[in-house]
Amino acid sequence: MNGRFGEYGGQFVAETLVGPLEELEAEYHKALLDPEFTEELDRLLKMFVGRPTPITELHRLGVTENGVKLWLKREDLTHTGAHKINNSIGQALLAHRLGKKRIIAETGAGQHGVAVAAACAYLGLDATVYMGRVDAERQAPNVQRMKLLGARVELVDLGTATLKDAINAAIREWIAHPDTTHYLLGSVVGPHPFPTIVRNFQSVIGREARAQFLEENGRLPDVVVACVGGGSNAAGMFSAFLDDPVRLVGVQAAGEGKGGDGGHAAPLLYGEPGVLQGTRTYLLQDDDGQIQLTHSIAPGLDYAGVGPEHSHYKDTGKVEYISASDDEALDAFAALSAHEGIVPALESAHAVAGALKVARGCEPGSTVLVNLSGRGDKDLTSAMAALKQREENSR
Amino acid sequence: MKRLEQTFTDNRVKEETTLVAYITSGYPSLGETVGLIRAAVDAGADVIELGVPFSDPLGDGPVIQATGQAALDTGTTTAATIDVVAEARAAGVEAPIVLMGYCNPFLRYGLTQLYDDARTAGADGFVVPDLPVSEGGPWLERARAADLGQAFFAAPGSSPERIAASSAASRGFLYVLAANGVTGVRSELDPGIDAYLERVRAAGDTPMAVGFGISRPEHVAALHGRTDGVIVGSALLRAVGEARDAAGRRRAVTELVSSLKAATR
Repeated sequence: MNGRFGEYGGQFVAETLVGPLEELEAEYHKALLDPEFTEELDRLLKMFVGRPTPITELHRLGVTENGVKLWLKREDLTHTGAHKINNSIGQALLAHRLGKKRIIAETGAGQHGVAVAAACAYLGLDATVYMGRVDAERQAPNVQRMKLLGARVELVDLGTATLKDAINAAIREWIAHPDTTHYLLGSVVGPHPFPTIVRNFQSVIGREARAQFLEENGRLPDVVVACVGGGSNAAGMFSAFLDDPVRLVGVQAAGEGKGGDGGHAAPLLYGEPGVLQGTRTYLLQDDDGQIQLTHSIAPGLDYAGVGPEHSHYKDTGKVEYISASDDEALDAFAALSAHEGIVPALESAHAVAGALKVARGCEPGSTVLVNLSGRGDKDLTSAMAALKQREENSR
Repeated sequence: MKRLEQTFTDNRVKEETTLVAYITSGYPSLGETVGLIRAAVDAGADVIELGVPFSDPLGDGPVIQATGQAALDTGTTTAATIDVVAEARAAGVEAPIVLMGYCNPFLRYGLTQLYDDARTAGADGFVVPDLPVSEGGPWLERARAADLGQAFFAAPGSSPERIAASSAASRGFLYVLAANGVTGVRSELDPGIDAYLERVRAAGDTPMAVGFGISRPEHVAALHGRTDGVIVGSALLRAVGEARDAAGRRRAVTELVSSLKAATR
């Protein structure tokens, strides 16, 4: 690992964190070569997380779009209800090897926080989760779950009180206690080696999905779609298809749908490269290099940066990045629920909305595999309120 | 760069600790910044560290975060901060001024332009808290070309090899983090600080300046002879924040800097 994805990535951190990051990288490499670690991880993924998760063929969504068949990879069916647990279990095991009993983490939608809380409860580690106050309000059920699972939840009032500010608070806490604490970062963002470690722990999604799709269909999908906030579910999913003749599409949050005029969280579409939270990547920033406000109805996508590997794939064209607005995500949220019996997380609903857009341009008979990264129980209150509001506005 | 080196050399000869005073550019307003620099220098600050505000200052505690946000709210930018340096020089400030700021606003400004403009304005160097030596290559190249200082960091947990690398790469001084954590007032110095400072001293010849948690004259006095310099930030800005008007803010700087200066001998 050199910590670079083309001209992105790196380790732009306080000197205080360089030692702990080097230690983490070294231990990660040792762990990968240790059958005891890999076997324990596989066992936990099977017996605690509930892997493998299935793939599901959709019967209505997509079929009407030019006869295109949609398939979902069901990360919503993992324990705790989203892909975040794959990484949380892996890093919690690493922390255990490092002798660090105290875990800190950030969370946006609360899914990573819940996954960390569950993993720590199961492995006997102490968990503290930083969450923006705005996010805590719109994802209240997950705050309750984290507390029930024994984690301390620290609400963050700084900045916009969302994901970026929760990461800032967690990094500051890590700088204060680098020797005793492991920062269990939940996405493919931050300084090296996090983007690589998190992607590798999430690569189980792509490995399973590729094999399952081949078994069911006798061929690979034409398109693979995933939502991209920080981008960990997409990075894990795409990792298995990088050498295949498969079109890869990442869906960012277009928020209010005003394109580049603000009110979104789509740095890969409207941002420019810069350095935030330890890594060089596409960012939403102003002419002075200050980080800009973001908006998405999905807290897990509401972030001004993105994983550096995605920035590299944008430049090389390996992955195509499109966007879906709050409205389009709500449509997909409602449609997948009513027509297919699956309630997606609002983040994952962006992937479904993006897949439906892609499907419209596909040849008849094409297949599209969508990573359904999480389930929507956490979003019921805010999604129902938004749908009701929309109905009232249209009267 | 010569002025910065000379300051540390002169104080070493006099057996005085070099006093670095940190001030956030644009706090509480751009109009007051030169006056506060002037007050600090007149009260005995040997070097001014002028902070360029950033929306996400990961190395800073609540006091400096708040001053940075207030400065951003009144429109302080990197360009405006470079202008402050030029104004301070025009107002007769002769002490070295180093610019402290995070990577992103500086990268956005453009490194070549940044170092050239800083030099033209009369700045003496840069301190970039999210830039470890391993990422510092392009920055050092610009610093050398513009003959400006570039401070890298040592942390309590840094290996001897890393401290040596940071010290060797630093131009002007090595910023020695007195403790883990972010900037902020701490009541006591870390009990292990003497051994740590000896390790840093043994790692290289670059002048050392110790910062993070240095807030009182007794801290400065305790460090006499153990470091070339000390850096005081949050305590100073807290005093500025507590004063009621512009004259009070200058007086607060004068009083605290004078008392710290008295402890440098």
